[in-house]
Amino acid sequence: MIGADLAVLIPEIVLSIYAMAGLMLAVYTTKDGMAPALTYATAAVFGIMALFIAATANGPAQSFGGMIVVDDFARFAKVVILLSAAAVLIVGQESMQKSGLGRFEYPMIVTLAVAGMMIMVSAGDLIVLYMGLELQSLALYVIAALRRDSVRSTEAGLKYFVLGALSSGLLLYGASLVYGFAGTTLFAGIIDASEGGMSLGMVFGLVFMAAGLAFKVSAAPFHMWTPDVYEGAPTPVTALFATAPKMAAMGLFARVVHDAFGMAIADWQQIVAALAVFSMFVGAIAAIGQTDIKRLMAYSSIGHMGFALMGLAAGTDQGVAAMLIYMSIYVTMNIGVFAFIMSMEKDGYAVTDISALNGYASAQSGQALALLVLMFSLAGVPPMLGFFAKYAVLVAAVDAGLIWLAVAGVIASVIGAFYYLRIVYFIYFGEPREGLAGRMTVIQWGGLMASAVIMIAGIVNLFGIDHLAANAAQALVR
Amino acid sequence: MGVADITFYAFSTVLVAAALLVVLARNPVHSVLWLILSFLSAAGLFVLLGAEFVAMLLIIVYVGAVAVLFLFVVMMLDVDFAELKAGMAQYMPLALLIGVVLLIQLGLAYGTWVFSDGIDSRLGNPTPAVDEMHNTKALGMILYDHYLLVFQLAGLVLLVAMIGAIVLTLRHRVDVKRQNVLAQMYRDPAKAMELKDVKPGQGL
Repeated sequence: MIGADLAVLIPEIVLSIYAMAGLMLAVYTTKDGMAPALTYATAAVFGIMALFIAATANGPAQSFGGMIVVDDFARFAKVVILLSAAAVLIVGQESMQKSGLGRFEYPMIVTLAVAGMMIMVSAGDLIVLYMGLELQSLALYVIAALRRDSVRSTEAGLKYFVLGALSSGLLLYGASLVYGFAGTTLFAGIIDASEGGMSLGMVFGLVFMAAGLAFKVSAAPFHMWTPDVYEGAPTPVTALFATAPKMAAMGLFARVVHDAFGMAIADWQQIVAALAVFSMFVGAIAAIGQTDIKRLMAYSSIGHMGFALMGLAAGTDQGVAAMLIYMSIYVTMNIGVFAFIMSMEKDGYAVTDISALNGYASAQSGQALALLVLMFSLAGVPPMLGFFAKYAVLVAAVDAGLIWLAVAGVIASVIGAFYYLRIVYFIYFGEPREGLAGRMTVIQWGGLMASAVIMIAGIVNLFGIDHLAANAAQALVR
Repeated sequence: MGVADITFYAFSTVLVAAALLVVLARNPVHSVLWLILSFLSAAGLFVLLGAEFVAMLLIIVYVGAVAVLFLFVVMMLDVDFAELKAGMAQYMPLALLIGVVLLIQLGLAYGTWVFSDGIDSRLGNPTPAVDEMHNTKALGMILYDHYLLVFQLAGLVLLVAMIGAIVLTLRHRVDVKRQNVLAQMYRDPAKAMELKDVKPGQGL
């Protein structure tokens, strides 16, 4: 019986054992000398696990009495998480080595974080949800402060930790209220209990849980930590923050609101819609004054989370599918942009000032073009893939009758386009002044180019992601 | 009033008084000592409830390990608590206001508290009767059988915490001389020193 339960969790178990084995291996051999090999091995394990999950996908499975739910939705999210984490590890490896952060613990902590994220998206129980979330968060707090001799990095780690602990507290408080009402922590039981209408205590619990989850996806007005953490953390770590954990947290959000509160869509729809509007406008307006590209990407991620939440606010399977498409495209764009940011340096020092990009096109026309494509895509300019992502969530919102939300989204998108286009303006029309002297390594160049090519090539059929996302959404929304 | 009642009131009075003194004591070491007393009283209350396993845990884990650890930390780290508290006064009124408002709101929510229909059928782990199952066994069943997965996940979280502490604080210093036990053991006395016969009045 326990064997059948564990069989559902094979990818998570493999990752945990791999992390422990990797730590042992490195400790008893050359320690940090193993860092590059372990990083690539970790990326390979992630890739294999993603293939394994995709290959063994046959119908929904449950284990431990419904505490773990592995359906098409969980599989979709897990594959996105694994592949994006693998890509970030590979792209960031050289940058980590160069800045003296080639610690062998880094890929192992990332592995444990990814295991936590995978638990999050297949949680079917409030306790499992919390354990997955903490496993992920705790690992991320550590790697945010990885550059421990830098005040910025330790500040980022501490800030992330304190605010993360606060949000976990809110989430737990909400969970305890929900448990008090329903008498069970299983999502299946909670949805059963709310069938006869939500009591006031249950609504309180829902609001607290939504606030805690909004912290984790960095949705406004719970976004305050994001710019500082993004700026302070080492760039490869920032790249990780902007990709896999976002997908995991959105997946968790979708699972909680649909699996546990699917009977009370009207109750959480207004919360999620409000979070979406706030995030879109904060992301669009606050980014305008930024001069640091990592801070800018932080605000950009807040804005993008707003759009993804718009899909969730629709409360339909179409909305969830749109959210999944949005997240996969957003993650792909971010990998490309961060591959470029990692290569930004002058005289051996990392540069993150946007003005350093002035006249970049005259020096490196190919990379400038790729960056142009990615910036247009982030802004949602057709015909790049980013446009289709925004289109999907807007259509979902309109179809669900949230026309005001869609209109707000379009306005925020137009405002937000300004700062993306400003970067393009700097690159192409800025006065050339040798702001960047570093050369991209082959892997970084490959990441940037692959991401840009996907943004254009994907418009043919979205690589079939839309069908997969639709299937995943149907598995979640019943 | 039976013996059980008298014991209950004795333990609970001591518990409340000790808990109050934990907060009020000026010296942090005294706070920790009062904390130990409140743990012990709570353990007594657990025994009265028939939960002797939890009582033992409270004494072994909390008094034996956690409180003693606190004591060490408080005594060894030179933390100036008065200084830490100084900033508090500034924020106290606002914090108090927010706390009171939150308390009133939650009070309103709890005032209209209702349990969902059919909650009894959903309860995952109702407490078994004492004659049916011993409470230590019941706890074990929940912790290691029913919630095995969560228990293991908690282990992973602790592993991350441990790795994190090492990653963020361990420094391999290169400029210190370390003891090499093997080199010491295999040291050959015959080669380590050389006897020279130095004649009086002459150097080597």
